[in-house]
Amino acid sequence: MEKRVTFKGLWLPLLLVLPQIVITAVFFFYPAGQAIWQSLFIPDPFGLSMKYVGLGNFEYLLGNPYYRASFVTTAVFSILVTVVSMGIALYLAVLADRLIKGSGVYRTLLIWPYAVAPAVAGVLWLFMFNTRVGVVSWYLGLLGYDWNHVLNGEEAMGLVVVASAWGRISYNFLFFLAGLQAIPKSVIEAAAIDGARFWTRFRTIVFPLLSPTTFFLLVVNIVYAFFETFGVIHTITSGGPQQSTTILVYKVYADGFVGQDLGSSAAQSVILLVIVGLLTIVQFKFIERRVHY
Amino acid sequence: MELKHLLWGSATAVLVGAPVAAQTQVEFWHAFTGRLGELVAAQVETFNSSQSDYVVEATHKGNYSETLNAGIAAFRAGEQPDILMVFEVGTATMMAAKGAIKPVYEVMADSGADFDADAYIGAVKGYYTTSEGEMLSLPFNSSTPVLWVNRDALTEAGIDPDTDMSTWEQVGEVLDQLKESGSECPMTTAWQSWIHLENLSAYHDTPFATKANGFGGVDTELALNGDVQVAHIQAMGDWAKEGKFIYAGRRNEGGANFRSGDCALFTESSAGYAGIKAEAKFDFEVRPLPYWASAVDAPQNTIIGGASLWVMAGQSDEEYKGVAEFLNFLSSAEVQAQWHQDTGYLPITSAAADLTREQGFYEENPGTDVAVKQMTTNAPTENSKGLRLGSFDQIRGIIDEELEAVWSGDKDAKTALDSAKQRGDELLRRFEQANR
Repeated sequence: MEKRVTFKGLWLPLLLVLPQIVITAVFFFYPAGQAIWQSLFIPDPFGLSMKYVGLGNFEYLLGNPYYRASFVTTAVFSILVTVVSMGIALYLAVLADRLIKGSGVYRTLLIWPYAVAPAVAGVLWLFMFNTRVGVVSWYLGLLGYDWNHVLNGEEAMGLVVVASAWGRISYNFLFFLAGLQAIPKSVIEAAAIDGARFWTRFRTIVFPLLSPTTFFLLVVNIVYAFFETFGVIHTITSGGPQQSTTILVYKVYADGFVGQDLGSSAAQSVILLVIVGLLTIVQFKFIERRVHY
Repeated sequence: MELKHLLWGSATAVLVGAPVAAQTQVEFWHAFTGRLGELVAAQVETFNSSQSDYVVEATHKGNYSETLNAGIAAFRAGEQPDILMVFEVGTATMMAAKGAIKPVYEVMADSGADFDADAYIGAVKGYYTTSEGEMLSLPFNSSTPVLWVNRDALTEAGIDPDTDMSTWEQVGEVLDQLKESGSECPMTTAWQSWIHLENLSAYHDTPFATKANGFGGVDTELALNGDVQVAHIQAMGDWAKEGKFIYAGRRNEGGANFRSGDCALFTESSAGYAGIKAEAKFDFEVRPLPYWASAVDAPQNTIIGGASLWVMAGQSDEEYKGVAEFLNFLSSAEVQAQWHQDTGYLPITSAAADLTREQGFYEENPGTDVAVKQMTTNAPTENSKGLRLGSFDQIRGIIDEELEAVWSGDKDAKTALDSAKQRGDELLRRFEQANR
């Protein structure tokens, strides 16, 4: 029988959760409410006048083929960043988990990239792939490959994905390693005695037992790819060439802070809010069912 | 600690003999760093020490876009500075914000300062004045695009470095020769929309937008898909395909390629002078921006890029007096001539240009007057006065995207420019809605 502590009355529990509620209201509900309110207007930048347009901003956005194309770009970008960063992190974590000596050093070194801010990471990768002075593009040139992410959209996408995923590998690695070390050795040993090879053990025992970690990282990484990769895109491509790397959140910035079109920018934030809400629901409804805690 | 500060403060006040509290503070937000930042600081310092009634406090607020956003955010919070530097493409945004700004001509008239708007070079003044000739913001740093030439690269390719490159037809021939001789980068550019569409249009006396490039009202539409523009962009696109024009990026990334000696020709602002002079280890030269002889007999004038100073609304009369004094100081011939010679920006008053000539600067630094001549030879027409388009920073982004499609060969010039017009017009309609 579970033991539960229950509070009698209403006031004490309310008082105890009040700080959390206040913080959520002030920092989350209020700005979100503001965004929803502003998305119904076309204001001038200085806030001197606001023109009510109802759902006009949404109509304008969703009727715009370039905005709709940005959804596809965002999906491609987020999936690539998530898969690349989680895949490599899992691979490294499995290797590190098998280390007997020196795993501490290995771990510490692998965490370093996480300390690099996205914008700085962007500049680092940009330097390596700079079409004129970049080390990597120079070697590619020797191999006969003409690297030009300034004009080639696919190369630009590849570059921002790598730059965004790079710092993220450290973070994912830490969680995967912790997850792996939490798996009881006895289970794996039992399987080994039964004759299961490494790959079979990984597929049938390790990976399923790792699923809560994987699920958590999936949610966190998708949110990261959606919102926090702004700095990388801004420093490397500014959304170009053409619109090949203009993800939704970059467009919010471009319309709001370059174009001073606050109505459209607010409407885009609302759309993003809805998308992330839907994604989270999907993840918890469908994927979490298959997770073994 | 605080007491020490107080004592020290009062001691200096006594020593200097100026009652600090009686001075009116004038806040000035600008977008300059590095060498330009130092030069602005020096101007402010000179002004502050030249009189005792006002103290100008200059603050750097990031790049042009960031400075404008800082000003807008501050205005919304009621904390706006007295003077805000706004780049030329933000002009329509500022003009439309009638309650947020105080036009410069009013500031000058109210304070009784002796101010003559006609002292400014026409092509500079035109960008920042109303159709009635009232000056709304004070021109500060203005430049115009020119053709930078690496003379050594031409010689190496067996081309006479003095060869005539007044027209794009002639430039095309030079590019052919450069390519044949194995040049990796015959030509590159900075600021493609500004140089190859906005200035191209003005230079060929062709509209970039209807309603006199937007001066006539916010119901303007882009006209950048005309014959001259399409022909030019198509020629550039062909050069890109043949490896004669190398695209380096949307801003001035191409500058590095030219300064390192990789590229032979470079279309860039006249204000690139300071950087090129400091870094280039080859013989370089400034030429006027080429024109298409097939389109016009002689070019009109080019238009400016850069920034102007806007006076924000909601300050005290006393502060506006200080603002007027400071702006008058900035536009004096001595200050302007010095600025022009230090930076490569244009001398924005005729007096400053004359003074620079008298001082012998142009003889010592040949080519530095090319931009001045290019701007002033002809009186500006409706098509070459400047641009006044809302959301223009963002429209430039759209133009960049469409031009990239041409350079990569995805679209032909006509399709790309038609698309740029259509997408840009949508933004102009939204701006019109917000500012009716």
